[in-house]
This record gives sequence, C-alpha cells and structure tokens, in this order.
Amino acid sequence: MVDISVRKKITKIFWIKLILSPILMFAFAYAMVPIYDVFCEITGFNGTTGRINSEQVYAIDESRRIEVSFFAMTMGGFPVQFRPKINSMEVIPGKFYTTSYIAKNNTDKVIIGQAVPSVAPTEAALYFKKLECFCFNKQVFEPHQKIEMTLRFVIEPELDKRIKDVSLSYNFFKIKS
Amino acid sequence: MTTITAYTSHHSPEKGLMRWIKTTNHKDIGSLYLWFAFIMLLIGGAMAMVIRMELFQPGMQLINPQFFNQMTTMHGLIMVFGAIMPAFVGLGNWLIPMMIGAPDMALPRMNNWSFWILPFAGGILLSTFFMEGGAPAFGWTFYAPLSTTFAPDSTDFFIFAVHLLGFSSIMGAINIIATVVNMRALEMKLMDMPLFVWTWLITSFLLIGAMPVLAGAVTMMLTDRNFGTAFFDAAGGGDPVMFQHIFWFFGHPEVYIMILPAFGVISHVIPTFARKPLFGYSSMVYATASIAFLSYIVWAHHMFLTGMPVAGELYFMYATMLIAVPTGVKVFNWISTMWRGSMTFETPMLWAVSFVFLFTIGGFSGVMVGIAPADIQYHDTYFVVAHFHYVLVTGALWSIIAATFYWLPKWTGKMYNETLAKVHFWWAVISVNVLFFPQHFLGLAGMPRRIPDYSLQFADFNMISSIGGFAFGTSFILFTYIVIDCIRNGKPADARPWEGAKGLEWTLEPKAQYHSFNKPPTRELIKQESQNS
Ligand code: HEM
Ligand SMILES: [Cu+2]
Repeated sequence: MVDISVRKKITKIFWIKLILSPILMFAFAYAMVPIYDVFCEITGFNGTTGRINSEQVYAIDESRRIEVSFFAMTMGGFPVQFRPKINSMEVIPGKFYTTSYIAKNNTDKVIIGQAVPSVAPTEAALYFKKLECFCFNKQVFEPHQKIEMTLRFVIEPELDKRIKDVSLSYNFFKIKS
Repeated sequence: MTTITAYTSHHSPEKGLMRWIKTTNHKDIGSLYLWFAFIMLLIGGAMAMVIRMELFQPGMQLINPQFFNQMTTMHGLIMVFGAIMPAFVGLGNWLIPMMIGAPDMALPRMNNWSFWILPFAGGILLSTFFMEGGAPAFGWTFYAPLSTTFAPDSTDFFIFAVHLLGFSSIMGAINIIATVVNMRALEMKLMDMPLFVWTWLITSFLLIGAMPVLAGAVTMMLTDRNFGTAFFDAAGGGDPVMFQHIFWFFGHPEVYIMILPAFGVISHVIPTFARKPLFGYSSMVYATASIAFLSYIVWAHHMFLTGMPVAGELYFMYATMLIAVPTGVKVFNWISTMWRGSMTFETPMLWAVSFVFLFTIGGFSGVMVGIAPADIQYHDTYFVVAHFHYVLVTGALWSIIAATFYWLPKWTGKMYNETLAKVHFWWAVISVNVLFFPQHFLGLAGMPRRIPDYSLQFADFNMISSIGGFAFGTSFILFTYIVIDCIRNGKPADARPWEGAKGLEWTLEPKAQYHSFNKPPTRELIKQESQNS
C-alpha cells in the first residue's frame, strides 16, 4: 500500500486557489474587452477618437497649422457610395471646424450602417475631439437616397508640436437589421 | 554504481485494451501521451510535406490555394496543440513522480480524463477536413474577422476542439502542481528538485494563466459567429485588433509553455554527459521564473504593424529584449557546464548540444524580429517562419527527442541501437538546417509567409528548403524504427545506463516498475542525487 502519511498535505485554501485561478483567468479574457475600450479611450491607442459634448474655449496659437486629410472606406461589400466632401483642410488647433461626408445608397433597399473612425498618427487621436459626428449613431439610408452627414471637430492645442499632418478615416460597416 | 532500492511493490497492470482505457497509472498515461503526440507529429508532418511539395517550384502544381491554407493552418494547430504540448505532458507524467520520489500523480483519475479528452479533440479537429467548406484555413493564429465573418462552418468544430484541448491542458497543469506540492518526498526541499520538475512546475502556472484566456477568445468567436455578439466585429462596436491582443496574451506565454520544459530536459542531459554538476542551478530556477513572468508582458511584439503608438512599440520592444537576458543566462550555464567537462557524445548529448547551438540561432532571430523598426521588414515573411521553426523544431522538438533517447532505457529497460541513433541524428540535424536556414534569406528578400505561390526570384531557396524538408521528414521513419526496435529487441540496459546521470529515477530498477517509490526516498539518497550541489 502507498503510505501517504509521509507526504506533504495540500491545504484546502491551496485547492481552492488552484481551481479558481483558471476560472478567474477565463473571466479576465472577458474583462479585457472593457479594459481595452477604456485603455483606447484614455490613450488614443488604436486611433480611437475622443468626443466632447459642448464647445469649449481653448488657448489658440494662430501661427500653428495642421493639415487634416479625410478618408472614406466601406467594408464587406457595403453598397453605399461614401466619400468626404472635401479631401483635406488646414486647421488651427483649438478652433472648431465643420465639414461633411456624402453617402448615396444605390440600391432599392433600406441600408443601415455604422461608421467607425480612426485617426493616424495614433499620438494625435487623443487630441482629436468630435462635437458632432455621424459615427455617433447608426445611419439609415433610404433607397436611392443621397445624404450629407456633418462632422464638427476640434484638434486640441496640447497636440505634440511635431505633428503637422493628421488623417481621419471612416469605415462604414453594414449592420444586420 | 547501481543502487536498486526496494521502494517498489509488484502490482501488475490489467491485461488487454481496458488497461489503457481505465489506467490511472502515471507511467501508462505518460506513454499514452507520448504515442498520441508521436502520431500527431506524423500527421502534422505529412501536412508539412504537402506544403513543401507545393512550394518546391513557383506556380500552382499540386493543390489549390484554399487547400494550401488548410494545410498551413492545420499543420500549425496540430504541431502546437497535438504534438509538442502533449509530448511534454507525457514526459512530465512519466518523469515527475519518479524524480520527486512519488508513487504516482496526485490526481490519477483526472489524469486519465485529461488524456482521453485529447484523442477526441484531435479527432474533431481532423474531421473538419471532411466537412463542407473544408477545414479552417485562417492560420493557426485564427485572427478575426477571417475566423469569424469569413470562416467555413467547420470553424465551430475547431472552437470545440480548442475548448477540449484547453480543458485537458489545464487539468494536466493542476495535476502537476498538486503532484509537486503534495506528492514530493517530504525530505525533498524545493531547491533539491531536479530542473525538469522546476521548469514543469513553472510551465503549469503559465498554462493555468494562459489557456483560459485562449478559451475566452474562442468563446467570444463562437458567440460572434452564432449568437449575435460583436466582440470582434467593428460594425457592432467591437474591434478585430482586440482579438489579436487577447490571442497574443495567450500566445506569447504559449510559446514559453512549449520551451520551458525543453530547458528542463537539456539541463539534465548536458550535466550527465559532461560529467559535471549543472552550472548555476539556482540561477537556472530564477531565470526560468523570470522568463515565465516576462512572457506575460510582451505579447504585442507580434503586433508591431497594427498601428500602435510609438510609446507602445518602444515598451513592447524593450520588454521583449529583456527576455533575452534570462534566456542568455541559461545558454551561458549550459555552456559553462560543458566547459572542461569530460564530455562524451552519446545520442542524447548530440541532440542536447545541437539544441544549444540551434535554439540560440532562433533566439537571435527572435531578438531581430523583436526590434520594432526592423520588424516592419520581417513581419509576416519567411524570416518569422525560420525564427519560430528554429525555436520550436530545433528547440522544443529537439529536447523531446533528446529526452526520448535519454530516458528510453528507464522506460523500457532496454538500450536502443546507438549506431542507428547516431545516423538518425546526423541525418536530421543536417536536413533540418537545409530546410529552415534558407528561409531566413527568403524572408529577408521579402517572401511572405502563408502563400501557395511566389515570384521567380525565390525559386532556388525554396527548392533547397523543400529538399531539406523531404529529407527531414523521412528521418522520422528511421526514428520510428529505432524506438520500436529498442522496445522489441533492445539489449538489457543498466539501472543507470549513463555514467554521469544523477536523479532519483536512476535509483529505480533498469525498467522502472509499474509502481515506484511507495516508500519515499531517504534524505541521503535525495542529497546524493540532487542536481543542486
Ligand atoms: C529571445 C527570445 C525571443 C524573442 C525576442 C522572440 C520574439 C518574437 C517576435 C518579435 C515575433 C513576432 C515576429 C513577427 O510576427 O513579425 C516572434 C514570433 C514567434 N515566436 Fe518568438 N521570440 C523569442 C523566442 C521564442 C521561443 C522560445 C519560441 C517558442 C518556443 C518562439 C516562438 C515564436 C512563434 C511560434 C512565433 C510566430 C507566431 C506567428 O505565427 O505569428 N519565440 N518571436
Ligand atoms: Cu511572442
């Protein structure tokens, strides 16, 4: 017979820890989802842009100029023509600007889409704030409808002085209705 | 000098097939794991042969691109989850109880279960080939949205298989921790433990930390695919890049899960044939622990091209470089162990010495791809393929083969054919370099990985690589013969067949009995056999 009296004992606590830790790590995988979102929001990681709710007043340095370029993309056969109204504009940090994107539904069906923004370089994402954006909500495109969607934004003056070019791109995804 | 102790009782195993199905004996289960891993190695290897045949020449000759992608995907999955990991669990099962003076694993019934899940998981994974739409073809890293929106229906079976594999590994890890803590001879202090036990103990913590995250990732995939969630779907507010973060949070520890036990094996073989105690025992333990810790904080070096801020790139680059330090300590210690030793080159030593050499090449190319600005050139090219095959084939697999030759006498009580084994070694070590070394050049020249066709300037190196591949593949026929020949016709081996070998397992009978160490070993014996001296 195996004499186990001469072996060490595992305490109950140890057993509990041993079995609980994989369960907690599984939960951690799910916790990474909100952690990732918050992390991206705080750091601008992954080009996540910020949002503000009212027009603020910033200290403005009139001599600074930043070239903002606008891009439009659609994903997975999204059947809507989508483009920026103007391709780029010069922006003074701290001032608010308005521009728009144009979309046309070429089909006979109602299409619902969601635009996802991204800013490059990622170091600029943190300071790119939007007051108004079509990406805040789902967009509904009636058959053959052409719509103009506004965007109002500001680049905060805290943006690194070395950054002179910023690009903003939108990617439209179809939402299953 | 043989000390055959009487720490043995003579229960014999059940007869017939039911022995293997019902067994709770660590030696039986170890053998089952090892045979399973070996069969998977052959299946995965056959897929590699198909890949190399298609890449023998530019243009599409044998298979279509879709099937090619299924081959690369399943090759990677089967080698990682079916061959390397189960082989190490098999070695752990066989060796850990014998090395710590324990009669068996702490949880023998769970042990049976962890093994018998595997053939089902493997079977489910392989069955996807026969489903409509074919097997998964999105690469072993199964990035979303390729694996969610654009994947074949068989992906759900793949997900189930990964769940099962994860369960099996986590149970195996819990079992090993419980065994080392609970079943270790009372007289054996932590710092008396052989390094293979140490490295497996630390690996178990990596498994417990990382495998559940993989399970989480595939569960999210499952609900994204079938239940309308949008974890990785940008249209629904999710983010495909997040998939990569979750995957690599598992994936980088995973690569160390596959190499730490290898470090343990090598730390046994080299001192034996250098006839010197292992240099720097405690630094080996601490280096292993630091590597394990660091492996959790470097994952995004696989994602340098996903558009991280510079600060992120720098952080992950420096953290990655940091891992090279404890790894360097290990290589230094192995070399110092050999320094002025009375070295002989029996087969296990040949594998171990070439491990040190070739694994270090893989470590160097690892440091190269770890340099963020340089990785822009290397990423997703054959250079990365060369890197991870040097660390996994001439690293992890090499140590498994070294371990097989080193402990085969203890498992079977018989000696393998040394001449044939040496022929096999030279055959394998030359062909593996012909196979993988040119892939560095292909990668530097810009040949992308995971493609069935390539432009003409890559033709020569690909042909060389394929020839090396076929030679390396056939070397396993000889390996199979040597192992079976040893089991069937080997000459009786001594209890301690290697002159310089230390460790409690060598104090057992030439062929370790079905049950060993029913009485724990004494303090003197433990001291005498300790690597830490
Ligand atoms: C000094 C140590 C190491 C460093 C600095 C390192 C670094 C890296 C980096 C930066 C990559 C990503 C390259 C790219 O995709 O562009 C990579 C890929 C990889 N490494 Fe290592 N590595 C090291 C050791 C290891 C070890 C020990 C293993 C496994 C035993 C390993 C397995 C892999 C694998 C499997 C991949 C490819 C993953 C894929 O399919 O994309 N590496 N390594
Ligand atoms: Cu890594």
